[in-house]
Amino acid sequence: MTAPAIELTDLHKNFGATRIIRGVSLRVPAGERHAIIGPNGAGKSTLFNLISGRLTPTSGAVQLNGENVTGLPPHQINRRGVARSFQVTNIFPRLSVWENVRCAVLWSLGYKYAFWRGIEGLADVRERTEIILQAIDLIDRRSVQAGVLAYAEQRALEIGITIAGGAGIILLDEPSAGMSVAEAARAVALIRKVSEGRTLIMIEHDMGVVFDLADRISVLVYGQIIASDVPARIKRDSAVQTAYLGTAA
Amino acid sequence: MLELVTISTLNGVLYGMLLFLMASGLTLIFSMMGVLNFAHASFYMLGAFFGFQIGQILGFWPAFIVAPVLVGGIGALVERYGLRNVHRHGPVAELLFTFGLAFVIEEIVQMIWGKGPADYRVPASLDFSAFTAFSTNYPAYKMFELLTAIAIFAVLLAVLTRTRVGLIIQASLTHSHMVAMLGHNVPRVFMLVFGVGTGLAAVAGVIAGPALVTQSNMAGLLGPILFVVVVVGGLGSLAGAFLASLLIGLVQTFAVSINLSVADVLGGIGVAPPVGGPLFDLWNVTVAQIAPIIPYLLLVLILIFRPTGLLGTREH
Amino acid sequence: MSDVGSGVANVPARVALSQPGAAAVVRLAAPWFALAVAFAILPAIFTSGSALTMLNLMGIMIVFALSYNMLLGETGLLSFGHAVYYGLGGFLVVHAMNTVIHDRLSVPLPVIPLVGGFSGLLFGIIFGSVSTRRAGTAFAMISLGLGELVASSSLILRGFFGGEEGVSTNRTKLLHMFGLNFGPQIQVYYLIAGWCLLSMVAMYALTRTPFGRMCNAVRENPERAQFVGYNPRTVRFIAFSLAGLFAGIAGGLAAINFELVNSSEVGAGQSGLVLLAAYIGGIGSFIGPVIGAVLVTWLEVMLSDVTDVWQLYFGLLFIGMVMFAPNGIAGLMMMHAPLWQARAYGSMLRLALTYLVALGPALVLLAGLILVIEMTYHLSVKASEGTAISVFHVALDAASVIPWVAAAILTFGGFWLFRLTWPVVGAAWHEAFAQAHGTGIAK
Repeated sequence: MTAPAIELTDLHKNFGATRIIRGVSLRVPAGERHAIIGPNGAGKSTLFNLISGRLTPTSGAVQLNGENVTGLPPHQINRRGVARSFQVTNIFPRLSVWENVRCAVLWSLGYKYAFWRGIEGLADVRERTEIILQAIDLIDRRSVQAGVLAYAEQRALEIGITIAGGAGIILLDEPSAGMSVAEAARAVALIRKVSEGRTLIMIEHDMGVVFDLADRISVLVYGQIIASDVPARIKRDSAVQTAYLGTAA
Repeated sequence: MLELVTISTLNGVLYGMLLFLMASGLTLIFSMMGVLNFAHASFYMLGAFFGFQIGQILGFWPAFIVAPVLVGGIGALVERYGLRNVHRHGPVAELLFTFGLAFVIEEIVQMIWGKGPADYRVPASLDFSAFTAFSTNYPAYKMFELLTAIAIFAVLLAVLTRTRVGLIIQASLTHSHMVAMLGHNVPRVFMLVFGVGTGLAAVAGVIAGPALVTQSNMAGLLGPILFVVVVVGGLGSLAGAFLASLLIGLVQTFAVSINLSVADVLGGIGVAPPVGGPLFDLWNVTVAQIAPIIPYLLLVLILIFRPTGLLGTREH
Repeated sequence: MSDVGSGVANVPARVALSQPGAAAVVRLAAPWFALAVAFAILPAIFTSGSALTMLNLMGIMIVFALSYNMLLGETGLLSFGHAVYYGLGGFLVVHAMNTVIHDRLSVPLPVIPLVGGFSGLLFGIIFGSVSTRRAGTAFAMISLGLGELVASSSLILRGFFGGEEGVSTNRTKLLHMFGLNFGPQIQVYYLIAGWCLLSMVAMYALTRTPFGRMCNAVRENPERAQFVGYNPRTVRFIAFSLAGLFAGIAGGLAAINFELVNSSEVGAGQSGLVLLAAYIGGIGSFIGPVIGAVLVTWLEVMLSDVTDVWQLYFGLLFIGMVMFAPNGIAGLMMMHAPLWQARAYGSMLRLALTYLVALGPALVLLAGLILVIEMTYHLSVKASEGTAISVFHVALDAASVIPWVAAAILTFGGFWLFRLTWPVVGAAWHEAFAQAHGTGIAK
C-alpha cells in the first residue's frame, strides 16, 4: 500500500504558553480532495503553516509521501512536491503577471540558480507559463503589474503561482475568500480542473464550495480535529453541528 | 594588575553605559517605527557641539539641560516633516533618508565648527579626582557621567512602566494599529519617541564631549559601533542592546590596555615568525592595536553562530 | 509530464515559436552596438585632457554603480559597505601589476582587470557567506560593520594596504602589445571603455537569466520565492558574490587609471558615493545607475571647483530625491513613458511648458539656499579668510545684513512662488494622462 500523500502524527504547536494546535493527526491519501473547515481561530492556517514548513511543530511529525519532513524549511518542502496558496494574497507585486507565473515554473523545470542561460530562449519555460496563464484566464493581462490587478484576478494569480510548479500536493488557503458568487464558481471550476490527479487540501468557509469539491472533510475546532469523514456524514454529525455548522434549517 | 582590572572595569562599564544611552533610543525608535535611525550618532554629535557652544555662552550646567532639549526638538521636527513623508516610500527609503541626514548633519557641523576638535572642557566644578584606586586618580567627571547615565535609565524605566504615556509607548511598540484604534494619537507618540530617542543620544554627547574628543568625525566613528551593538544584541531588543553595550564596552576597554601580541603568544610556544607579507604584519599586531575592530569581529562571530543576535527574535 | 488537469484549452499557436528569430537578435544587439560606437567616438567630441579624465572616471563609476544595483535594485539588498570589493579589487590589481613588473611576466595590461574581478568574487564569497545570513535592515548594518572592519584593518595590515600612502604601480611597465604602453590617457580611456562595455553587457545579460529573475522575485516577496522552491539566502549569496566580482573589476580599472590605491577606496566614503550615484540615477531600472554614475561624477568634478562645501549640496540633493523622487532620475523619466507610448505629443509639450514655468521659482529658491549656505560657511569656518565672497560672480560681504536679507527674500519668495506653480503642473499632468488614457494605450 502506498504511503498517504500527507500524514500528520500528533501535531502540537504552541506560541509561548498558548496552545494553538493540540494534537492533530490526519491521513490524506494521494489523489484525495480534502477540505478543512472550522470556526475562526481554530488554527486552520497554522496547520497549513506547519505542513508547508512556514512554522516548526512544537512536537509531532509531518510526513509527505512517507518521508518525514518535520522542521524542514519551506523551500525544501516545496521541492518535495507541496505548493500552497495564502489567505492574504501573496504575490510578487511589482512584477508582471507573466513574470509572476514564470518565476513559479523555474525550479520545477530544473533551472535552479542558472545565471549562465538566457531565460527568453527557454521554450519550455515559455510554454508552461502560457499554459498556466490560459488556465487561470489571465493570458490577456500578462503585461499588467500584479499589484494593480483586481482582487479576484489577484486570487486567480495566487492559484496560478501555486499550481505552476506542477506540485503533486496542493494546499489552498481560503481560495474563494472575498469573491462574488460568479467568481467563486469560476474559482471552483479552476480548482477542480487543476487538482485532477493530485492531492488537494483546502481551507474554506464557503460550505457550498466545500460540499461541491471535497471527497472528505475534517473539522478543526480549538486546535483539534473533532470529525473527519465524507461530506454526507459530516453534515449529520451532531458535534460538528454544535461547533460549527448549526442545525439544518 | 588589580588596579588595571578595576580601572578598566569602571571605564568599560562607563563606555557601555554611554553606548546603551544611545542604543536604547535607537532600539525604541526601531521597535516602534520600524526604521533604524542611521543618523542617531549624528544627534549624539549635535548634542556634544550644542553643549559646547551653549556652554561657551551660558556655562556647562545650563547647557547640560538646554542642549539635549534643543537636539530632541530638532529630532521631533525631523520626524514630523521629514521621516513621516518618506514613510510611504517604504523601509529602504526611510533608512536612506536617515543615511542622507547623517551625511548632511556631518557636513553642516564641519561647515560651522570646522574639521578640528572643539575645546570642550570638563567644567571646573567637576574637575577633581573622585577617589584614588590604588595609584590612579579616578576623575570625578567620569563618576558624574556614570551617575547621570544610571539616573536617566531609572527615570526612563519608571516612565515606561508606571506612567500612562509609558504604557501607550509600550503598546505602540508591538501593536501600533491597535493603539491608534483605541483613540491615541500614534503619530504624535512617534514624534515624541523620536524626539526623546534623539534627545537621549544628545545627552550622551553632552556628557561624553568633554571626556572624549568633540570633533566632526564623532558620528562617523561611533555610528558603526552603535549599529554593531544593536545587531549583536538583537534588533529590537532593549535587553539585548544593554547586554551588547556592556559587552562591547568592557571588551574594547580591556583590549586597549593589553599589549600582548600574536608574537608573544605563538612565539612563546615556539612557533617561528613568518618572513614577510601580510602574515608578518599580523605577527606583530598587539591586542591593543586591534581594539578598534573588536566590535566588528564580534559581529562576524555572532553572525556565524547566532545570526539573530544575543536576545533577538527569529525573523521570518 | 502531466499538465494542468485534463481539460486544458488548446495552446495558442504563438507558443510553437521556440527560438527568437534573426530580427529579434538584431533588435537585442542594436542598442549595445550603438553604445559601443558612442564609446568609440566620445574622445573625438570631448578632446581636452580634463574631459578625458572625467570620461575615465565615469566609465569606472558606471561599472561600480551597476554592480551596486545588482544588490539594491535587483535583489533588494541595501549595502553600506560595497566599496570593500571595489577597493580590495584595486589593491589586488596593484599588487598583481607590481608582481608582473617585478618578475617580468608576460601579462599585458588589458587582461589585468580580470584580477580585480577575481578578487571581488573571492571576497564577495567570503564575506557574503556571513553577510547574507540576514536581510533587510540587519544586512545593511552588517555591511556597514564589515566595511569598517576592512577599512580599519588597513592600519594593521600595512604591508598589503601600504599604510597611509597606499600602494602605487606603473601601468606602462607591463608587456606592450601592438605598440601600446598605456601611458597616454587616450589609451587608458579605450581600455576602460572596453571593460565598461563588457561589464555592462554581462550585467544586463545576468538580469535576463532564471537567476536574475529570481533576484527580482526575492526582492519583491522572499517568502513567496520560498514557496516556489527557491532559497532566498542562496539567491542573495550568489547575487552578492557576482556584485563583488564586478565591483572588483571597477576597482581594478581605477587602480590602472590612478596607478595608486589607498585605504580610502575601501572606506565608508566610497561606499556612500556609489550608493548616492545608483540611487540618484534610479535603482528601479538598468539604466538608472548609469545615469547616476555619469551625473555624480560630473557634479563631483564640477562642483568641487566651484565651492568647498560641495558634499553638503550632494547630501541635500540625495535627501531631496529620497523624499520627492525615490525612483531617481530614471524613475522620473519612466513616469512619462505612457505619454510617449500614446504619442500624446501635444499634451507633452504643454506639460513641458509648465515644467519650465515651475523651473523659474525653483531656481530662485535654489539661489537663495546657495547664498545662505555659502555665506554661513564663510562666516564660520573660513572667517579667517575674510568675509568677502563671490557668489554667481557677484561680490558680497557675508558679514553685512543686505546679502542675508536678499537670501531670505530669494528663499522664502522663491518657495512661495514655487508652491503657486504646483497646481498648474498638476493640472497639466492630469490632462496629459487623461489624453493618454483616452487613446486607449495606457492601461
